[in-house]
Amino acid sequence: MKMKKAIQLDDRDNVATVTDDVSKGEQVEVLSPMGEVILDTKPVEDIIFGHKLTLRKLNKGEEIIKYGEVIGVASKPITVGEWVHTHNVESGRLPTSELEAEK
Amino acid sequence: MNEFYGYERPDGSVGIRNHLLVIAPIDCSYEPAKQVAAQVEGAVAVTQYHGCRADEMLVNALVGTGRNPNVAGILLFGLGCEVLTNDILMEGLKDTGKPIESIVIQEDGGTIKSMEKGVRALQRMSQEVGELQRETFPLSELTLAVECGGSDATSGLAANPAVGVAADRLIEEGGTVIFSEPQEMIGTQHILARRAVTEKVAKDIYEMIEKQEKRLSAMGVDSRYMSKGNIDGGLTTIEEKSLGAIRKGGTKPIQGVLWNTWDRFDLPDEPGLYLQDGTGWDVPSVTHMVAAGAQVVCFTSGRGSTTGHAVAPVIKITGNPKTYENLEDNMDINAGTILDGGESLNSVGRRIFDEMVSVANGKKTKAEALGFKDYVVFGRSRAAERLLGHC
Repeated sequence: MKMKKAIQLDDRDNVATVTDDVSKGEQVEVLSPMGEVILDTKPVEDIIFGHKLTLRKLNKGEEIIKYGEVIGVASKPITVGEWVHTHNVESGRLPTSELEAEK
Repeated sequence: MNEFYGYERPDGSVGIRNHLLVIAPIDCSYEPAKQVAAQVEGAVAVTQYHGCRADEMLVNALVGTGRNPNVAGILLFGLGCEVLTNDILMEGLKDTGKPIESIVIQEDGGTIKSMEKGVRALQRMSQEVGELQRETFPLSELTLAVECGGSDATSGLAANPAVGVAADRLIEEGGTVIFSEPQEMIGTQHILARRAVTEKVAKDIYEMIEKQEKRLSAMGVDSRYMSKGNIDGGLTTIEEKSLGAIRKGGTKPIQGVLWNTWDRFDLPDEPGLYLQDGTGWDVPSVTHMVAAGAQVVCFTSGRGSTTGHAVAPVIKITGNPKTYENLEDNMDINAGTILDGGESLNSVGRRIFDEMVSVANGKKTKAEALGFKDYVVFGRSRAAERLLGHC
């Protein structure tokens, strides 16, 4: 079976985007922009296509880097292979909590 | 590969196509103008639909299109009583040294006689243009416009970053890149400003995006808003969403903001990366970047798009493998290979760059081969801009 992939869009990124739906515990290969395998990881939960997982452990308040830029900060500690989204990231621009409240 | 084959114009600029442009300064003369253009090989007619006024934004767009290096000859085809006259356009075009003819229906013997004169003038130009030869020029003569439209979750993941790789490469070759759509830059002004070459440019970037936020706010839209679809698709913050859009412009320092207002219509004055104060609406966005001098366009689309342009080839790139399959007849590059892990981002970026050079050399894009000649002039409401304190 073909290995599921996640791609790191910039070599400074600490998150990668999965290019397929992946299941908890499934082996995922993380590719750099050059196409090299930089990490083999097992997501700690199911993650759907287009969503992100962490490449390393992040402390609360640590910056989330994608495209080589800060896209937000961790609102709680995040372990390697964990799904990274609105439940554990705050935007510097619009607090996620405020966004949730508006919905 | 650091050269391309192009046509040198009398003003020293280098075109990659030899279009004959028929400009109807107002839609009143557009129907006959279209018929005149249809009679002559290589001719295309354009107009603007913003009413009878000589608004500088409209003049600048039409003049800019005529000045684009891909235009080899121009026919101005006016009605006669319009505020935006042929003479106004002529004033902005004559120093290009390109062949230009002016016909006014109300003064040149009526519709049919004017059309006949127009066809004869274009026929002469078409014959002359046929003699122009391509010569080699450095890639530094190229200006690339990048645009995205019909985005989906693959856009920020595959197509936009891959086009960004090609944009970076062109700048390394001494070329110029323009991207627009300030609405899609919201939330990344601090990132873009950090890449500005001077404090003044950084200030301009903040100002351009803030103005866009004010326009949205006046319409009752919170510019920081992300749709449920965005969030469900995996976008966590507005910064992330906008980064996915601006990545199509690559990662190089930003030389300047090309303002597009009543007082000024800026053109890149040296090589490098520029942001245009334009619109997020695809065809007008492309139209205004081409009016600022872009000879070639890279257009990314997740859902697929048919867009071409009257005088500039539009290379369309999708990051969605299913879209490529569905719209292969109108998408030039499949960047979806990044997503199935078969190809690296950098490799797709190289393919896009190579395709851009081939297209510069004369290869027709799919939209060109199908004869798609999109052109829409964008105009802001001056009244609304006044109320917002923008002019």
